[in-house]
Amino acid sequence: MHNLELTARLYKTMLLIRQFELYLAEIYHTDAIKSPVHLSVGQESIAVGVCDALEKEDIVSNTYRCHATYIAKGGDLNEMMAELYGKRTGCAGGKAGSMHLVDIKRGILGASAVVGTTVPVAAGYAWAMKRDKEKTGHQRVVTAFFGDGCTEEGCFYETLNFSALHQLPIIFICENNRLAIHTPIEKRWASEQLCERVATFGIKTHRITDADVFKIHETVSNALQDIRQGNGPIFIECDTYRWLEHVGPRDDHNISYRSQEEFQRWKDQDQVTRLAHMLDESHRHQIQAEVKAAIIKASEFAENSPYPAAEELYTHVYAS
Amino acid sequence: MFTPAKNAIASPKQDTHLIRYCDALREAFEQEMERDPQVFLFGLDVDDHVGIQGSTVKLQEKFGKHRVFNTPLSEDAMTGVAIGAAMAGYRPIHVHIRMDFMLLCMNQLVNMAAKSHYMYNGQVQIPLVVRTMIGRSWGQGGQHSQALHSLFMHIPGLKVVAPANAHDAKGCMIAAIRDNNPVVFIEHRLLYSTEGYVPKASYEVPLGQARILTEGSDITIVAISHMVMEALRARKHLEGVGISAEIIDPITLWPLDMNTIMQSVQKTGRLLIVDNAWLTCGASSEMMTRAVEMCQEEGKPIPRLARMGFAPTTCPTTKPLENLFYPNGRTIAAKAYEMTKGPHAKPWEPPLDAKTEIDAFKGPF
Repeated sequence: MHNLELTARLYKTMLLIRQFELYLAEIYHTDAIKSPVHLSVGQESIAVGVCDALEKEDIVSNTYRCHATYIAKGGDLNEMMAELYGKRTGCAGGKAGSMHLVDIKRGILGASAVVGTTVPVAAGYAWAMKRDKEKTGHQRVVTAFFGDGCTEEGCFYETLNFSALHQLPIIFICENNRLAIHTPIEKRWASEQLCERVATFGIKTHRITDADVFKIHETVSNALQDIRQGNGPIFIECDTYRWLEHVGPRDDHNISYRSQEEFQRWKDQDQVTRLAHMLDESHRHQIQAEVKAAIIKASEFAENSPYPAAEELYTHVYAS
Repeated sequence: MFTPAKNAIASPKQDTHLIRYCDALREAFEQEMERDPQVFLFGLDVDDHVGIQGSTVKLQEKFGKHRVFNTPLSEDAMTGVAIGAAMAGYRPIHVHIRMDFMLLCMNQLVNMAAKSHYMYNGQVQIPLVVRTMIGRSWGQGGQHSQALHSLFMHIPGLKVVAPANAHDAKGCMIAAIRDNNPVVFIEHRLLYSTEGYVPKASYEVPLGQARILTEGSDITIVAISHMVMEALRARKHLEGVGISAEIIDPITLWPLDMNTIMQSVQKTGRLLIVDNAWLTCGASSEMMTRAVEMCQEEGKPIPRLARMGFAPTTCPTTKPLENLFYPNGRTIAAKAYEMTKGPHAKPWEPPLDAKTEIDAFKGPF
């Protein structure tokens, strides 16, 4: 049986992500959120399974669907909500929105809206962490999150090659939801052997097909141990399912590009529900209450924060 | 917005030596890498026997394989790697042997390098130098000769410099390495062997300041990169017919020091811009527009304006056509003569130039 403390922690973070995003979906029609939102509902177990295994000083690199990883790595919830509201107290001063969440002091590199773009940047950061180890003696690790669509970009393969060549301290995490916007893998890939493809670069690979948060946590924990000893990059492919539309707050299963049966299969193995049942009722309720309070607090923080002043249009164009 | 004009930097008092442009660059790398352990240099062929035409030779022996290293050809990802390292506190210098390959880096440069400081609200800085070389002659052709500086000038967040002599190459490189922003550092292959007096000690040529190379009273000629050499040849021709040309090298293309240019134009009343690039949407378009705007804002008369640059074609390899593709000392002089003397002046054909660095270049790189 899994350790209770870990179960409670994983449950709480997954629930926070789930409830935070469902809250966004609920209020989206009010236009309080002035940003497109790419929600991770259904995919939480990857971000949480990975990030929980990390040390505080480790780094995550994100895609535009970055809410889950931002929250899982401990990004400031108030600043996140304020960013979505376009307020000056947002993590990017209200100037970047949902697709570019960032919290450098908590090891969250800025996300990019252009698919694949952050993967080589993450490798560059990992290169720097390897250099830093010469001074500090401790190996910080970078985890690069991306979707199946990213693996179609040239820079992905360029980065695999460079990372393997330099034995970089990086874990590549592919969140494979089989969709690029609305286009399924069958229309995009000649072969589904992604791990095999990556392995040819001399990179160890793992595949987790059921989104089991404990399995992800354990795989990443082992990978981290390996990498901190200097054993190069590791690639993990995690199958998952996007419950909502590509961008926006709605369920779009009424449109016939994916099947209800598949959705139901993933709902049946939903990790948030699974872990909820592993906790006793009072513990579960306590966690649910804490999550709700955090979301309300973030929402109030965002509501009560000012918009940026006019002159802030021109701040940070160039660094001094 | 513009740095106030401070005109030319006086001859340095320090010890100088007569060295080539490429040696001046190498000296900048060596001194900066000694000063700051966060500086590193990487790119295809930086550690081979050619050493980017001598500019990186023996740096790996001195600073180690972790600070000077070769890369796979992956220009796109390597630019991302440089950006990631810069975010983590390092100061990368990424090298491209020809500027044409920078088109493979546009996503990283435009979407990440230029925007990260702004988009992440100052949480990160990208102190990145991208070295890139414009090729010319001995059959460089359509894809080894492009000068794409205007593409980068267009993007807020990037700085663009194109020094045209050994002194400025060293000083600008040191300034670029110390700058906390991404700097596109544009070199020119035909400038590599040109010699100049360069202080032995470390110094910065500040980014954003133009240099008046020679003073004159009849016409202001602003020339970019290798065209500075052609403009200086033109000036000699013009002297022979009693025309005194003031030659200005903007050095930094963005941010652009228009004040120095406009002070000169106020004196001469004529502005000829000679770009080492195509004209459409180019650096010359920007300079000319700003010149007109600044005159209008200050209620001053619009000067006589003209510009020259590459022919609006792909660069051909065959010499007779390539010669027509580029402006040269004689065509620049003829244009300046026409602008100064008016359309009805006695026709004048400048004498032939002696052999130049263009004739001397025999490739292959």
